[in-house]
Amino acid sequence: MSAQISHSGASDFGPRVPSPESRTPNPESRAGARAIALRRGADVAFQVLALLVLVIALASLATLIWDIVADGAGTISWNFITSFSSRRASQAGIWHALTGSIFVIVVTALIAVPIGVAAAIYLEEYGGRSLAARLIELNITNLAAVPSIIYGLLGLGLFVRMMGMGRSVLAGASTLALLVLPVVILSTREALRAVPKTLREGSYALGATKWQTIWHQVLPVAAPGILTGLILALSRAIGETAPLITIGAVTFVTFAPDSIWSPFTVLPIQIFNWVSRPQVEFHANAAAGILVLVALLLSMNAAAIWLRDRYQKRGIL
Amino acid sequence: MTLRGPQSQPRRGLRRAEFLIEWGLFACALLSIGTTIGIIAVLTVETAGFLEEVPIGEFLFGTEWTPLFANPRFGVLPLVTGTLLVSLIAMLVALPMGLLSAVYLSEYAGPQLRRIVKPVLELLAGIPTVVYGYFALLFVTPLLQEFLPDLSGFNALGPGLVMGLMILPLVSSLSEDAMRGVPRGLREGSYALGATKMQTSLRVVVPAAFSGITAAFILAISRAIGETMIVAIAAGQQPRLTLDPTKPVETMTAYIVQVSLGDTPQGTLEYRTIFAVGMLLFIGTFGLNLVSAWLRERFREEYA
Repeated sequence: MSAQISHSGASDFGPRVPSPESRTPNPESRAGARAIALRRGADVAFQVLALLVLVIALASLATLIWDIVADGAGTISWNFITSFSSRRASQAGIWHALTGSIFVIVVTALIAVPIGVAAAIYLEEYGGRSLAARLIELNITNLAAVPSIIYGLLGLGLFVRMMGMGRSVLAGASTLALLVLPVVILSTREALRAVPKTLREGSYALGATKWQTIWHQVLPVAAPGILTGLILALSRAIGETAPLITIGAVTFVTFAPDSIWSPFTVLPIQIFNWVSRPQVEFHANAAAGILVLVALLLSMNAAAIWLRDRYQKRGIL
Repeated sequence: MTLRGPQSQPRRGLRRAEFLIEWGLFACALLSIGTTIGIIAVLTVETAGFLEEVPIGEFLFGTEWTPLFANPRFGVLPLVTGTLLVSLIAMLVALPMGLLSAVYLSEYAGPQLRRIVKPVLELLAGIPTVVYGYFALLFVTPLLQEFLPDLSGFNALGPGLVMGLMILPLVSSLSEDAMRGVPRGLREGSYALGATKMQTSLRVVVPAAFSGITAAFILAISRAIGETMIVAIAAGQQPRLTLDPTKPVETMTAYIVQVSLGDTPQGTLEYRTIFAVGMLLFIGTFGLNLVSAWLRERFREEYA
């Protein structure tokens, strides 16, 4: 019963209960009427206050966007995108950082996606309520909330020093992969959970094994959901700065990374570098860099939404 | 004929494959435990090395943090107070605003408004933190300086407010989930007794969802303590034992960034300080996360 309630939501029940405001105090008496008026007033005031909070939040977002567009729009140009870092603000560009970001995120995906999806399949389809599965689950929820800079320290100690990867693309991507893994696992599990049980039972009834059922029936149906989650997880990784600074991604590079062993920088670090400089000209560069970063993020998010809508319309999910 | 099927050769091969696949998947799931162990191991090894040279009492209770000076002192308290100060300011923004917007979205707003507001809040949560840092340093702080002429260019106030804005969606969406989990019957009972919507929201729904909301609050605090880029950009790099939000401070996370930006040789005491500070940060946030997870579990049991 309660399950139905939590799905049906709370906000849609208001109209069914006719004017709940006026029950206990006796409306006939004057004191009762005043009490009711007071309560109605408080109710309206509360509603206005809550709405105000929402408006403030949305207005802050608008201000933030407006501020960055105002600061950075003038600097954006083809030259800005295709130039390398420079000590002169007017000649500096983001090519090295943009390619670095994309390279790192692709390698991150190659590491995190197979492992994350496999782990989610285990937890959702095999693990059940065994002690091991529950421990892993609790651990993943906790890992999802560990500050990203801690992952940076892990990457520094484990990948950069112990495994000797140095301050390379591979070290950065491995660190980010561990960082997004909990998010990938959680979102993939959600997608798998949305696949109806009957589909699995039908497959078993035809004699398919567990893995055959997962591979041929469950995964294709869950694919759009999984993909959406993956894109959102990776779009979080692309904005990460702190862990990559910690593992020692270089802040001043004048080349695009050409292998997984080469040193690199990413867009957020380049932005951080420019913001931290005292010269005002570099701040405009930072704002322009932010615009490129946000454009990258928005296009990834748009892709996720497009995928979801496309498959929802086809009625697969 | 069909009865012999399951015993035939290919079937047995299949079963072995099934077994191997299950173990492969299990190994991937186990990697998450490996991550936790890795974090603890790396932090412990380096922290132990650090504590060999600096007594733990001096580290935890010392009031001066100058590890990069010629005459280094390793008292972590200024970094801790800096972190707590910024987090406190962020919470003063995020908790009341997040809770109010959650009440509004859960109890008042119609489906259409929700359909607009929720994605926008998600957008707010998805903005990279370096962008918030830019906003705090170059927009919010100059704006605040119009009203507070004494405010330093780097301070705890600006980044604290911006961090509150960043965390607001987290508080709002988790609290809203908790409130929507409260059974409808409780609300209807309250209305039947003549309560207004506000009375029902504040005296029935919020208390009923209390453990879920508390879980959201604790998670938010943990997020604030671990947040890095906003404070690294806008709060300054001066470890200072103060509760004055107009002065530059340094947080634990900002210190780790500061040292990482320099080229610190491995094995030096200076290199180990970031792991010792990281250890403290990890213990604090991990503890908060566990409490939050436990509260959420309890809330789920209450209404499952």
